[in-house]
Amino acid sequence: MSAVTESRAWPAEGLARVPYWIYQDEDVYRREQEHIYRGDTWNFLGLEAELPEKGDFKTTFVGEMPVVVTRDEGGALNCFENRCAHRGALLCLKSRGNTKEITCIYHNWTYDLEGNLTGVAFRRGVRGQGGMPEDAKPESEAPRKLRVATFCGLMFATLSEATPPIEQYIGPEVAAKIRRVMKEPVRLLGGYTQVLQSNWKLYFENVKDTYHASLLHLFFSTFRLNRLEQKGGVVVGGEGGSHASFTMMKSDPSGDEYERAGMRSASGGYALEAPQMLESVDEIGDGVTLQILTVFPGFVLQQIMNSLAVRQVLPKGVRRTELVWTCFGYASDDARMTELRMKQANLVGPAGYISLEDGAATGFVQRGAAGASERSSFVEMGGRTVESNESRVTETSVRGLWQQYRRHMGL
Amino acid sequence: MDAALQLAVENLLARYVHAIDDDRLEDWPGFFAETCLYRITTAENLERGLPLSIIYGDSRAMLADRVSALRHANIYEAQRYRHTVSSTLVERVDANTARASSNFQVVRIMHTGESMLFASGRYLDRIRMKGDGGELQFEERVVVLDSRSVDTLLAIPL
Repeated sequence: MSAVTESRAWPAEGLARVPYWIYQDEDVYRREQEHIYRGDTWNFLGLEAELPEKGDFKTTFVGEMPVVVTRDEGGALNCFENRCAHRGALLCLKSRGNTKEITCIYHNWTYDLEGNLTGVAFRRGVRGQGGMPEDAKPESEAPRKLRVATFCGLMFATLSEATPPIEQYIGPEVAAKIRRVMKEPVRLLGGYTQVLQSNWKLYFENVKDTYHASLLHLFFSTFRLNRLEQKGGVVVGGEGGSHASFTMMKSDPSGDEYERAGMRSASGGYALEAPQMLESVDEIGDGVTLQILTVFPGFVLQQIMNSLAVRQVLPKGVRRTELVWTCFGYASDDARMTELRMKQANLVGPAGYISLEDGAATGFVQRGAAGASERSSFVEMGGRTVESNESRVTETSVRGLWQQYRRHMGL
Repeated sequence: MDAALQLAVENLLARYVHAIDDDRLEDWPGFFAETCLYRITTAENLERGLPLSIIYGDSRAMLADRVSALRHANIYEAQRYRHTVSSTLVERVDANTARASSNFQVVRIMHTGESMLFASGRYLDRIRMKGDGGELQFEERVVVLDSRSVDTLLAIPL
């Protein structure tokens, strides 16, 4: 038993309560690194399109563990710990590049693109002096290799042999929702990082929370991009930690539930001078104008009209999270389509008409619950269990997150 | 160096940041030509030739929408900026156009009293010398952030 499982008990109400210590404890955070990120989970690394050529590499993280992702001479993808076998220094200092081999700057030890140690400087000494013993096996401390899986151009990695195949892990229904967005080769449009002053789980809950979207985000409700009266649904997959929620924007152009209920987010009188930003094209052809999808523990795929993006959720301490955004279009986009995506990018990211509010909201919970470790949040919208639902007036996918989380954590 | 041009451009840059820092955001779109380009991006996106912006507006109307959203739509905590602009290089393109490049730092002051260095970078400007009302106006203002990271949210324009 660890300190966490001894001292902390989950509330008796089960998935319908989330205790605030879960966002506050150092012990919980350390246990997550071992049992979640270095355990049997698939961790999102980025888009395959980021590494199109042989020799391309990028550095990123699996939880707090730094990793290098490479495309080797055979065209295969590899992921290994960004840690030299010798003294543990970072092997790769750049965020991305192209190379034939990787050399640790500290003592010039070299590695191939699969992460194998290929050279130890002065291993046999200099002029017969010094060097390593004949029987030394420095590769015994080599950077750990992760298994890499790709699905629809998305790269994931796991340290565990026990992690199920990626599509099974995601769940077939959620996998199908990835396929509809990642339907053809993509073109990178760019990225940025949003630093959240909150625990990573508060952000992951926020993305899964279909209930908040049209109540917090005036843009969603006023411009009828996402209202709970519109047709849509939420699908929960895998062990509960995968989800996809979707909205058919044009399904109810005249509903007035928000106005009648006096919701702030539909307080009226707000209009755009340049509404062209919100003119979207049904490029997938199924009438779904908005889809938000997650895979535990740190992957988000977004289709907000024609704004497409992946987000990687990286924990940076108990109270700090980095959200790494990569926006993309399709390789087949013409200039007009790229311009539309550029305009709709105003909805997302740190300055996004929608996403800026999520950046604030997760911090409000972190600060609001600072003196209430032993109290819990109340998560009973749509019941107390986890299931797919046609209504989005539910917190089912939030409860799904905790179902999978607790299994990994033994809580 | 064309001293008169330099002074005129520096005066425009100063008036622009004072309007933002004094919370006169309604004046902000007026610093731009009716058809214009205002965008915030990162040095990384620019170097990689990737077109993504953090904020993108191609008309004064789109910039006015930013301001009205900040005033009436978006939820964020009360905050102010303090801009410092320096090292302005100005180059005349033709009789009515100049290009300018300048450095900036922005301190963000939260209502709680917390101050932080929120952003640093460059302004890359294309300026119309005789815009509406004879004033200098931005035809193009590309805000290039040195860092790819933004703390929490970027509500007020830079």
